[in-house]
Amino acid sequence: MLQYLGKRVLRSILTLFIILCVVFILVRQMPIEGYFPNYQKMTEEQLKNGIHQMGLDQPMIVQLYGFFKNLILHGDLGTSRIYRNNVPVAEILAPKIPISVRLGALSILFSMLVGLPMGTLMAKYKGRFFDHLGTGFIVLIQAVPAAVYYLVIQLYGTELLHIPMLFKVNNPVSWVLPVFSMSLGNIAYYAMWLRRYMVDESNKDYVTLARIKGAGENRIMFRHVFRNAFVPMAQYLPTSFLNTVIGSIYIESLYSIPGMGGLLVDVIKKQDNAMIQAIVLLFATVGIIGLLLGDLMMVLLDPRISFTKKGGDR
Amino acid sequence: MSLLKHPKLETLEQHCTEALKEDQLFTFAPFSQREAEETGVSNYSYWRSTFSAFRRNKVAMFLLILMLCLLLFTFIQPLLPGQFDPNLVSNDARGLPLRNKQPDSVHWMGTNSIGQDLWARIWAATRNSLFIGISVALIEAFVGILVGVLWGYVRQLDFILTEIYNVLDNIPTTIVLILVAFILKPGMGTIILAMSVTGWIGMARFVRNQVLVIRDRDYNVASRCLGTSTWRIIGRNLLPYLVSVIMLRMALSIPGAIGSEVFITYIGLGLPPQICSLGNLINEGRKLMMSPSLRYQLIYPTIILSVVTVSFYMVGNAFSDAADPKNHL
Repeated sequence: MLQYLGKRVLRSILTLFIILCVVFILVRQMPIEGYFPNYQKMTEEQLKNGIHQMGLDQPMIVQLYGFFKNLILHGDLGTSRIYRNNVPVAEILAPKIPISVRLGALSILFSMLVGLPMGTLMAKYKGRFFDHLGTGFIVLIQAVPAAVYYLVIQLYGTELLHIPMLFKVNNPVSWVLPVFSMSLGNIAYYAMWLRRYMVDESNKDYVTLARIKGAGENRIMFRHVFRNAFVPMAQYLPTSFLNTVIGSIYIESLYSIPGMGGLLVDVIKKQDNAMIQAIVLLFATVGIIGLLLGDLMMVLLDPRISFTKKGGDR
Repeated sequence: MSLLKHPKLETLEQHCTEALKEDQLFTFAPFSQREAEETGVSNYSYWRSTFSAFRRNKVAMFLLILMLCLLLFTFIQPLLPGQFDPNLVSNDARGLPLRNKQPDSVHWMGTNSIGQDLWARIWAATRNSLFIGISVALIEAFVGILVGVLWGYVRQLDFILTEIYNVLDNIPTTIVLILVAFILKPGMGTIILAMSVTGWIGMARFVRNQVLVIRDRDYNVASRCLGTSTWRIIGRNLLPYLVSVIMLRMALSIPGAIGSEVFITYIGLGLPPQICSLGNLINEGRKLMMSPSLRYQLIYPTIILSVVTVSFYMVGNAFSDAADPKNHL
């Protein structure tokens, strides 16, 4: 188990390294004009100086080496150049992370509270009215682009419920709409998968056995079927949790939430290389941790699954 | 053997032969070529069964027809009388642009904030957005299937492609989308490229997993032993098995692409304003949404977009159900 984990972590680090290289190279393909707000008025000399200052005139390998040397030896992510001049990236990111984490955590909590019971009830009343209602909701949420229904929620939410349109950290009412919008996708996702897994499970023999024994329908659903159906669900939970915590780019910029998500678009447009790399590093790390945690959850929840078995020994 | 010579059996046999003479027992049937072949060949056709299964789903059938009509109408609309050019700024009697005009008999859906006819723009936008969606779906399917089949079928490639997959899958899609859209010039090609760059990965993994499962089924082993070439096995034995899921993924990636386009436009990296798309229109509408009288500029494109995406989603689901041979009668 430990050996497996060790290998897995090493591989993740390798993957991270490659991702960073790819993004590093991609970022350096961006047009030079973008680095200087007053590009038109600059002389040749000034341009050369500016590029030299950023180290962009060096060969790619040297730039890469310098970046990783700073990152690994000093834990230094570089300094922001344009977003906020000469401020270390870590300093800019630090106050933004808690906001995104709080929003994401609230949203996940809400989606689990709504999505999981919804999926369970849909499986229980399969083929009946509630199931059709839920399916309709899921189809709508999955088919209509999020970018569109977020707008509708913002529009009618602010108008009919008189909730402030823009987000303020100290005003809890202004949290309602962003959290609700962020949750809708997750709710549909959880409900859909939980229903599918539960329907699969309830065709199995142990359910028939439980029914023969005379166990009540509710007891079968919640004590037997739900627990088993939750195991494959658990694999996705950490990833979806972390993804939500990272922040939804669209929602954060719609409600002007000072979180992580909106920042990425901003810094890409401003071509702030150090910031882009730092955020990509953060996102990719979080994604990889999510995958790892998902597998761990499965092992913890279901004693039949083990990391090291190669299939067939049970 | 002794059992067969049971006395009772022998008497029965004698009784039979006595009762009926040989020519009474058997008569020659007239030979008919058609009847002789009828039982040998099944009249089961995969595609016919698929379509008949699909036709039984009334809602999906309705949506499919609706979608085809929409698609057709986007091409017919410019030819109808009394239509405007989507980029033409209409002027009033005094020569000023007709800004934010409410819907009336001339401008059926009103005009936008610089005086362009919204009705014409919506249909041009639907055409462009559908074009983007369908192109992305086709490219994704082509690349995804090609890579997926190689990945699943050729063992030597498995390790390296899995590693590449791990890397690509861990780069957040949004980042790639934004970076590609930003590095290249805005335009139709860029948008399609940006979405296809990330989209094929999911398809490839999916095809690969399926191919791994059925690659070593007995009928494939048999084919290989008989010397069937790899490409023929892939084309004839593997891919037909995957049709239903491939179609489903393609149908779902069309609404996905249309949605991504809205998103890219929102962050300002979308199509230039003279090429209208649903993303452009929704984004224009969003800027005006706080004044209730101009809200129609957001609502009309939104309705069209929702109809298109929901239709594709439902039709895709229904078709993949119908394409699954388990659901054939």
